[in-house]
Amino acid sequence: MPPNLRIALRFLTARKRSMLMSLAGIVFGVGFFIVTQAQTSGFEDFFIHTILGTNGALRVEYHIQTSAEPDAPAAPPGTRVSSDGSIQDPARVAAAVRQFDNVSGVALVLQSEVDIVSSAFAAPARIYGVNLDDQLAVSDLGRQIIRGDLADYRRAPNGALLGSTLAEWLHLGVGDTFTIEAGDQTRRYRISAIYETGIRDIDKERVYLHLDEARSLLQRPGAASYIQVSLFDPDRAPEDARRIQTVIQHTVSSWQQREKSWLEVFRALRVSSAITVSTIILVAGLGIFNTLALLVMEKTKDIAILRSMGYTRHDIARIFLWQGLLVLVLGAVLGCLLGAAGTWGVSRLPIRIRGIFSTDSFVVSWSVWHYVEAVVTASVVVVIASLVPARRAARLEPGDIVRGTAQ
Amino acid sequence: MPPVSDQPALRCDQLHRYLGADEGRVHVLRGVDFTAERGRVYAIVGPSGCGKSTLLYQLGLLDRPDDGRIWIAGELMSGADDGLRTAARCRHVGFVFQFHFLLLEFTALENVMLPMRKLGRLDPAAMADRAASLLAAVGLVGKTGRAAAHLSGGEQQRVAVARALANEPTVILADEPTGNLDAANSELVFGLLTDLARQNGQAVVLVTHNPEIAARCDEVRPMRDGQFIR
Repeated sequence: MPPNLRIALRFLTARKRSMLMSLAGIVFGVGFFIVTQAQTSGFEDFFIHTILGTNGALRVEYHIQTSAEPDAPAAPPGTRVSSDGSIQDPARVAAAVRQFDNVSGVALVLQSEVDIVSSAFAAPARIYGVNLDDQLAVSDLGRQIIRGDLADYRRAPNGALLGSTLAEWLHLGVGDTFTIEAGDQTRRYRISAIYETGIRDIDKERVYLHLDEARSLLQRPGAASYIQVSLFDPDRAPEDARRIQTVIQHTVSSWQQREKSWLEVFRALRVSSAITVSTIILVAGLGIFNTLALLVMEKTKDIAILRSMGYTRHDIARIFLWQGLLVLVLGAVLGCLLGAAGTWGVSRLPIRIRGIFSTDSFVVSWSVWHYVEAVVTASVVVVIASLVPARRAARLEPGDIVRGTAQ
Repeated sequence: MPPVSDQPALRCDQLHRYLGADEGRVHVLRGVDFTAERGRVYAIVGPSGCGKSTLLYQLGLLDRPDDGRIWIAGELMSGADDGLRTAARCRHVGFVFQFHFLLLEFTALENVMLPMRKLGRLDPAAMADRAASLLAAVGLVGKTGRAAAHLSGGEQQRVAVARALANEPTVILADEPTGNLDAANSELVFGLLTDLARQNGQAVVLVTHNPEIAARCDEVRPMRDGQFIR
């Protein structure tokens, strides 16, 4: 063991109580940092996972017509969207999109606002005409079924899949029938299954029908409102969107672009909780600063004797830095353990959330980066807090100390 | 230039030191010349405030002179940078202070090992052996593992003597090493310090107010107003 570390270890015991208080501050600061990050990231990950599993990574929408008009939305300069707001020859565009290397699935979707009427209630809703197998390839619809059976839906031409919140509002269950009013058309459908994505905005309005049935109901043969695309690597969505848009001349939006406002909210929440919890670490850092500053004052004679034996200014600085580092290392290790235990505990807390999300327990995210961020924050605070007393200790002149005139 | 071993253990030439600032500035050392030969014991005596301790800290490189030169084992140290002066303290100088100045969280053995750990010439086992034998030489055989805080004043000063000898320094500088001890312990500590230093061919320079102790040194240098008076 280096002599400086050996001395630091002994000096640590000189102010045991205040060192333990500082240590506790680091432990709790690091632990709470990890737990809050796990929580906020957990909800963010849950949202992203659900959005990707429901709406896909990319959405191909309008055909872009080359034009001199400069106000085209989400289109390259010099172009604008076509006036009919639809995809021209959806099957051909889908086939073209399928050729891109990161694309794992493609599904045509025909979407329209309608009214749904059950025996006792009515509600506005949105129908999504899909080809089941294609939709299963680009979404988590198969895993989102909470009641009923997709096989029944596959067999029944008038089968429908309802969101859980919408079904609840309309007091409908699997096997019940309801009517959809779209324009001058009114048709009856039977609920084959009820799904739940966990995102209330989706679960309260979305009704899946067979694509051919939706086209027939809406009287738009061969049409598609958009093409839903899933990617092997969803993080690459913005680059893929630009690339595909350039080639197929249809607007392509990434999930990051579509959900930008929610993602910003989550980011703001994550940063604000990190800042809030970092104040605990900051207070602990002030404690360490205070303890070490007092220790330097108490140990001036020891510093003089060490200097008289040949210990350098750097040795003296290292002795006090080591003390900060020892508190940091122990605090970080215990804090990470506390954070992991806290995260696990929070994930087991039964809490019913029915808002933006639907969940029956806290959603947490297990990421090594939460631990890295917590330890880095604590390290910065502790190193700065230790550096000032350490530098002061190193600057002390042994001659002044033994003469009793040290400042 | 003669080999280093033929050089005096310590020498200073026209040493000047001022303390304080502006109107409170005092000329504490006024051109002190001093030479300490190996194997000899020197007593610096004089009234309080005459500059004895200031001279000792200058000679031990704990403080810098305003003017003059200091050689330790033939090496000019007065103008050296902090790193060289610190290394010279480690290798050539052993200090004994009036109030022991032990690290109280450490045992007697660990206190004696501290300078050896810094010098790094011996492995840990050899350091422990040497520290134990030094503590045995100062009569602390059974107390090597005792925390310094739990030793009596006389025992602490004996540990300080053992520690001063740990790196086999060229010169031992002692600032009133018996000033805080009773007569029996004073006698014991002085005897140990001088006997061990003479045995090892080390110079001892001690500051004392005790005329009996001074009388037993090889040379007594009385000091007044920052100068030796003979």
